[in-house]
Amino acid sequence: MIDELEKAMYIAVKDLREYYMKPGSISWGILFPFVFALAFMFRHGGLTTWLAPGMISLALFFGATSMSGMSIVFERRIGSFERLLLFPISYTGIALGKTLSSFFLGLASAIPILLLAYLVLHVVPAHALLLVLAIVLASFASSSFGVLLSFVIKEPEQVMVVMNLVRFPMMFLSDVIIPVSLMPRYLAWIALTQPLTFMTEAIRYSYTGSCDVVSPLTAFLASFLMSVVFLLLAAYAIRKSRT
Amino acid sequence: MKKGEIFGFLGPNGAGKTTTVRMLVGLTTITSGRAKICGYDITRHSKRVKRLIGVVPDISNLYSELTCYQNLLFSAKMYGVKGSIARRNVEEVLAFFGLEKYRDTKFKALSKGLKRRLTIAAALVHNPEIVFLDEPTSGLDVVSRRLLWNKLVELNRKGITIFLTTHNIYEAFNLSHRVAIINKGEIVAMGTPEELGRKFSAREVLEVSFYPRNPEPRELLGSLRGVLDARRNSGRLELVIDNEVEALESLALYAKRKGLRISLLRLREADAEEVFLRIIGERK
Repeated sequence: MIDELEKAMYIAVKDLREYYMKPGSISWGILFPFVFALAFMFRHGGLTTWLAPGMISLALFFGATSMSGMSIVFERRIGSFERLLLFPISYTGIALGKTLSSFFLGLASAIPILLLAYLVLHVVPAHALLLVLAIVLASFASSSFGVLLSFVIKEPEQVMVVMNLVRFPMMFLSDVIIPVSLMPRYLAWIALTQPLTFMTEAIRYSYTGSCDVVSPLTAFLASFLMSVVFLLLAAYAIRKSRT
Repeated sequence: MKKGEIFGFLGPNGAGKTTTVRMLVGLTTITSGRAKICGYDITRHSKRVKRLIGVVPDISNLYSELTCYQNLLFSAKMYGVKGSIARRNVEEVLAFFGLEKYRDTKFKALSKGLKRRLTIAAALVHNPEIVFLDEPTSGLDVVSRRLLWNKLVELNRKGITIFLTTHNIYEAFNLSHRVAIINKGEIVAMGTPEELGRKFSAREVLEVSFYPRNPEPRELLGSLRGVLDARRNSGRLELVIDNEVEALESLALYAKRKGLRISLLRLREADAEEVFLRIIGERK
């Protein structure tokens, strides 16, 4: 177990060295969410306490998924992903390694938004420790989701197209920007199928002390379960990626 | 395979060489049959097997943004080699392959030959018992190829068993202690290079010249019976034959039909390439 964790960390560090400066990771992972949050700051109504958790969640979701998309699709294209399959490590270990590298980028993407929110709103998080936990869970779930999604993409140039095809509808159909409680009934149901809704709800509760549609326990539990399920599905996708 | 040998796995493109290696090293799922490496079943004890082997794929696929040193250290750690031992192993393989001065050069900045050397080094950094090399010299120039051949022999002398997959007959016959020839997924012959040579040689290459002109080898191949391959070589044609009588008869008829005179006709023993063609030809 420790051996697997150690190797997963080696993969994560290797990926960070290799991909954190790639244009896709920077533009879609860090710049886009930051500019998006900045835009809300200057619009009418500004960055509200309600909106800030959505922006944090959005930042780490885009950061985490961009990195995993870049690293996996690119490595599969040039054949270096197969190197990982030659090492004495389980498929879950590989999935964990890939998840961890994008997890760290997810965290890094959330930090500027957290700072921005603090500078603009001067709000101290209602439950600081819970906020850390919510952000960690959300970043991990987003990363493993990104790893899983990467296995349906064949070419590096399709990465951002496919990723955004999935991410943008998720962004508008969850409660990142629009409260689910204000959505028409059918959209609210769709929102409740979105992983991003639960991640945002967990962050929102920790940040503001209240949730929009689900209980804090449900939000945290769902974020944790999504992390585990996406990780296991990613491991399965890696196993199936063998010819 | 026997411990300590260089085992050549030779076959034409599409014969199943790479698929075999991929199955043995765990990259391709085995649908039937079993295989053992160092006594361990490759599917039941895949992790243990992976610790014992090193694999050099047919492409140089290390990580482009990492330096030579970082790439090797990553491989060592992933194979479970820790701390100072990992660093010492990395230094040793860098020195063995003459890559010390490139230790801080990124993989993407290396030449093709250096990339190949580093890819092989990455497969040796955990001191494996067996190394699988899939087309290790494919696409390399003569100098790089010879250097790698020497390194492989040197490695073997150190006690490492080598499984060498190649479609290069000379590479297989010159480097290997034993050679298996695979065609269409089946091993069609196996033995030492000398055994295979004895078994399949015996006057099988017909050297021929026509007057006033030599026809295209492709045309001859299509028109003659008992001929496996035809090629042009320094102004004459070389026909690899599997039936001497049929080949000579049809050659005479061909010359008459085309109004050509045979100005040279000589039978000689086949070389390694011709032995190979003969073997896979027999299986057709």
